[in-house]
Amino acid sequence: MLENAFLIPLIPALSFLLILAFGKRIRGGQGAHLIGIPALGVTWILSLVTAYQWVTRVNDANEGGEEHGLARGALASVGKIGRAFVGEGGEEVEERHGALVEPVVKTLNWWSNAGIDFEVGTLVDGLSVMLIVVVSSISLLVHVYSSEYVKGDRRYTHYFAFLSLFTAAMLFFVLAENILQMVVGWELVGVCSFVLIGHWWEDQDNTNASMKAFMTNRVGDIGLLVGVVILFWSAGGTSWSIEHINAAALDGTMSHLVLLVAAVSLMAAVASKSGQVPLHTWLPDAMAGPTPVSALIHAATMVVAGVYMVARLYPVFYEGLSISAGGINLTAAAGGLTVIAGGLLAFAQNDIKKVLAYSTISQLGYMVMALGVGAWTAAIFHLFTHAFFKAGLFLGAGSVSHACHHSFDMKKDMGGLRKYMPRTFITFTISSIALMGIFPTAGFWSKDEILVTAGEGGYKLFLYVGLFGAFLTTAYMMRVIWLTFFGEHRGTHGEPHESPSRITVPLIILAVASVTAGFVNATVFGVSWMTDYIENARPHFPVLIHHDFSWSAAGTATAVGLTAAALSYLYFWRGMGPHGLTQRNKVAKAGYNVLENKYYLDHLYTGVIVKGVREPLAKSAYWFNQKVLDGAVDTAGRTAVSSGKFVYRYIDQMVVDGAVNGAGSAAEGSGEVLRGVQTGKLQQYGSLLFGAATVLAILFVILI
Amino acid sequence: MDATGFDAWVLSLAVFLPLAGVIVMMLIPKQEEHTHKLVALGTTLATAAVGLYILINYDYGTSELQFVVDESWIDAINARFIVGIDGISMPMLILSMVVVPLCVIYSWNHIPDPGNPKAFLALILLLEVGMNGTFVAQDLILFFVFFELVLLPMYFMIGVWGGPERQYAAIKFFLFTLFGSALMIVSFMALYFLADGTAAGVTANTFDMRALPLAAQAIGTTAGLWIFAGMFMGFAIKVPMFPFHTWLPDAHTQAPTVGSVLLAAILLKLGTYGFIRIALPILPEAAHEWAPFIGGLAVIGIIYGALGCLAQTDMKRLIAFSSIAHMGYVMLAISTMTTFGINAAIFGMVAHGLITGMLFFVAGSLKERYHTLEIARLGGLLKVAPKMGWILGLTTMASLGLPGLAGFWGEFPAILASYNPAPGLSEEVFRTYMVIAAIGTVLAAGYLLWLYQRTAFGEPKEEWKDTQIDDVLPTEAISWAPFIGAFIVLGIYPAFLFNVTDPAVSKLVETISAVAGG
Repeated sequence: MLENAFLIPLIPALSFLLILAFGKRIRGGQGAHLIGIPALGVTWILSLVTAYQWVTRVNDANEGGEEHGLARGALASVGKIGRAFVGEGGEEVEERHGALVEPVVKTLNWWSNAGIDFEVGTLVDGLSVMLIVVVSSISLLVHVYSSEYVKGDRRYTHYFAFLSLFTAAMLFFVLAENILQMVVGWELVGVCSFVLIGHWWEDQDNTNASMKAFMTNRVGDIGLLVGVVILFWSAGGTSWSIEHINAAALDGTMSHLVLLVAAVSLMAAVASKSGQVPLHTWLPDAMAGPTPVSALIHAATMVVAGVYMVARLYPVFYEGLSISAGGINLTAAAGGLTVIAGGLLAFAQNDIKKVLAYSTISQLGYMVMALGVGAWTAAIFHLFTHAFFKAGLFLGAGSVSHACHHSFDMKKDMGGLRKYMPRTFITFTISSIALMGIFPTAGFWSKDEILVTAGEGGYKLFLYVGLFGAFLTTAYMMRVIWLTFFGEHRGTHGEPHESPSRITVPLIILAVASVTAGFVNATVFGVSWMTDYIENARPHFPVLIHHDFSWSAAGTATAVGLTAAALSYLYFWRGMGPHGLTQRNKVAKAGYNVLENKYYLDHLYTGVIVKGVREPLAKSAYWFNQKVLDGAVDTAGRTAVSSGKFVYRYIDQMVVDGAVNGAGSAAEGSGEVLRGVQTGKLQQYGSLLFGAATVLAILFVILI
Repeated sequence: MDATGFDAWVLSLAVFLPLAGVIVMMLIPKQEEHTHKLVALGTTLATAAVGLYILINYDYGTSELQFVVDESWIDAINARFIVGIDGISMPMLILSMVVVPLCVIYSWNHIPDPGNPKAFLALILLLEVGMNGTFVAQDLILFFVFFELVLLPMYFMIGVWGGPERQYAAIKFFLFTLFGSALMIVSFMALYFLADGTAAGVTANTFDMRALPLAAQAIGTTAGLWIFAGMFMGFAIKVPMFPFHTWLPDAHTQAPTVGSVLLAAILLKLGTYGFIRIALPILPEAAHEWAPFIGGLAVIGIIYGALGCLAQTDMKRLIAFSSIAHMGYVMLAISTMTTFGINAAIFGMVAHGLITGMLFFVAGSLKERYHTLEIARLGGLLKVAPKMGWILGLTTMASLGLPGLAGFWGEFPAILASYNPAPGLSEEVFRTYMVIAAIGTVLAAGYLLWLYQRTAFGEPKEEWKDTQIDDVLPTEAISWAPFIGAFIVLGIYPAFLFNVTDPAVSKLVETISAVAGG
């Protein structure tokens, strides 16, 4: 499978075509899942086989077999290329470890141009293997879940078709061998997101949300286009290959300035796709789409595309933003800001999906921040665990809404649901605990690793940001659990009921994964599969530093989490603390207003920028077009006519009259006829034409 | 090498078969409408069959002109009948040969008011003579004749079968273009007198486009710049480039559907084709001087066209403005004067022809159903005519440059090429253009999605409650399928086109840089 990884995106792509062709004929338009689920099942199995083979390959290489991997001796040269950072006081820096195995690259010629080959192919290494497992697993669960959740939908076929297409595009993106292919996959997942957010397009709110998602991503794509173009040319202008670009970023082919510009450009794309401040505003609106779509696309997979791109092209960012230098850099700052900005906004939402959306933004912030502080492995690890617990939370929210008449309003329609839907309650709570990062769930391990690396790698500030973010995360999730599952049921649509098994089984699976996924890299127990199999330790990759599991960091984080949990418990469950503060206190009220208005960013984008382009700018450009440019053309025509009349009346008639009397009257006659037919403009333009030709002819005579 | 046997007749057939059709139609009375349709269809299909023959027998490995015929024509001025095609002209010729029969099929039940299929179809055939001729001509005078021949049928199509403002639009189109042509012919004359044909082994004064690149090296720098200016006006108006574009929205808005399609798909490309085929190789030094200026106008066109789109309330006029923006990418690519850029430009020309042509088809069909294209009054197309809604959606996506559809491969390589223009051109300037062009993609997504949201999404408006809105009709399906199929196939596997253009373009750029670089 390592060699034939192209099958993995190909199968869902075929599923898309099959559903489009035959979907409507199966079970009266309600049977598209009969194609989609098996196709995804096969994709999932193939992904697991690929992962297994990759692990075997790494193991073989580590057992001394040098046919695949680099000799361990190559480590010596590694140090010269990567710039390892050593902590203050000469802390012990571990030797470079991780997978030294060459990735499996397969390419075909896509097109050629001016002697440059554009390839299309697959790059299978630890990173892409992990992502295809995540994408196919979540997608399979979402397919199963959707077959219940969107049952009876008027566009059931269409829904499953695009779910398949999205999966194909995402896998194509993940397995991309080169950056051009990444651009293609990047845009295709974007368009699937557009289509699925606007799934119920009868309602203009939904289509506005999908437009906003697409447009915001397009804004980021300016950076993507510019970034990849810069990388391509400055890496030599001969190859798009990711391996080639990464090597060129480290061996000095590209100057620091070029890398800086490229990294900053690409960060714009990362910000839009992965919901980083200030381009995150589309993501909460994207919740207008069906909930399984939110789970798959807007929580677990597509939105991590930006994180994945940074991880893929890490040398570019590592060198361009001088990540090894410590202190502060754009990626870390954007991520850190997003952790807090997103976390705070989650408090001001009453829509359960929107809370989760802001939570996703905040968690994506963790990943980006981790990449910014050099914690590559931790970022990827967090991406991995987050996919499971956040998908679990979204699907749980969908299950809740399924029971509450498709409402997502926690304050109006929920409350007390733990009695009615115990399975949903338990799985949702487990996933929440994982999100809060409390021992021993998945979030604990991955978040801890981010914090440790930030703290030890010269990024102390981001350690505190991360801790504060953890506090916020716990508090807003406690609020969600309280509002949704505790207290009295506030809904007025009759008694809620537990969802059927095609909904609860995926929830249970994801809850189990939310607990266990963290153990793949529980370093304290000596398990470090992330490092062993996923991390890229070959020479043309920055040397990644690992710090031992730190009891103090883990202890602090846990203490912060538990404090937040305890305070929230007292506040919500026991009714203690300053309730209604935002009504009474001016400062608190102002703060709440800022949050409720989402930092006024939407006002800025929609009200100022979009409106500014649409109204004054476009209108004045059009005015210029009609009045000035077109006006000039018409004036030229009119002037020509009057000068023609002048010439005719005063020169022709008076001076040349006698000689050409007969001919003149004939011309006048035909001129009248033409004028009648052509509203008088032919002559104007005709004289303009010959006038211009004369001028140019004279110029030639003079100049040449 | 000149072609022999049947190959020597192929290009002449490609050009003059439609003319034979016109002559046959002249002999048939006006009332026999069905016969006229059959003759027109038969002729254009026969021409397309010639295109198929070309596709099969074309030698894809070479950069040389093929199917060349060189016969004496007007000896007095040494204008010769020289035709031939290479990788630059072949895609355009095939595009024209395919689009015209599809337009005839579309017109089967869609002859616009005031009817008269005989005249309407004859004009389409005449148009094809001019378009095909322009793409195969290798002699400046021959090129000019065909280039101008196109004007007349289009003038009448707009002027007779157009919308309420048709007369103004038709005259504006005609005279604006003619104005450019007048300057262009002066430039051609100057080439004739100033270029030294003996250097290229032909007579001293020549219109032979094969010989002129070498012969024109005798022309001084200043003279070259002026000659280029004349050609620039001729071609830039046709493209159209900002600020010579104001004829286009009027012509497009007023033209009948098929007229708009042909205008967008083929006619605009005559301008860009002229730049690539004539202006650049014959006067590379002047082109080099002019390139930053042309690139500047191109990126202004990209942004300006997009802003123009955002200000529109009429769907057809919006699509017309989008043409200005899209042709901006093509011109930007040409102005880089690199192999990469010119390949991208040709791809962009074909892609724009297919995609915008398709947009005009849909707009025309909507107009027929709703009798208006006012965006505010449309809506819910996906509900009343789902197939049409899907087609519009797919075409919209293609137009905004979604990868996997053809538009992307015209747009992205154009942006890519402008990062690294030909040696001697200012990198700073062209990189600025690159960023502006990249910003243009956002605006493109903006106006196209806005258009789509207003026309296809939502609920149908009250006022159409009792109106019967048909979904895609058979003639529409037949005439649209090849367009859609082509822009999907080219989008997935762009090599089909790049492999054809690359050898010829590489040779062209070698010729250019040998002169301009040295």
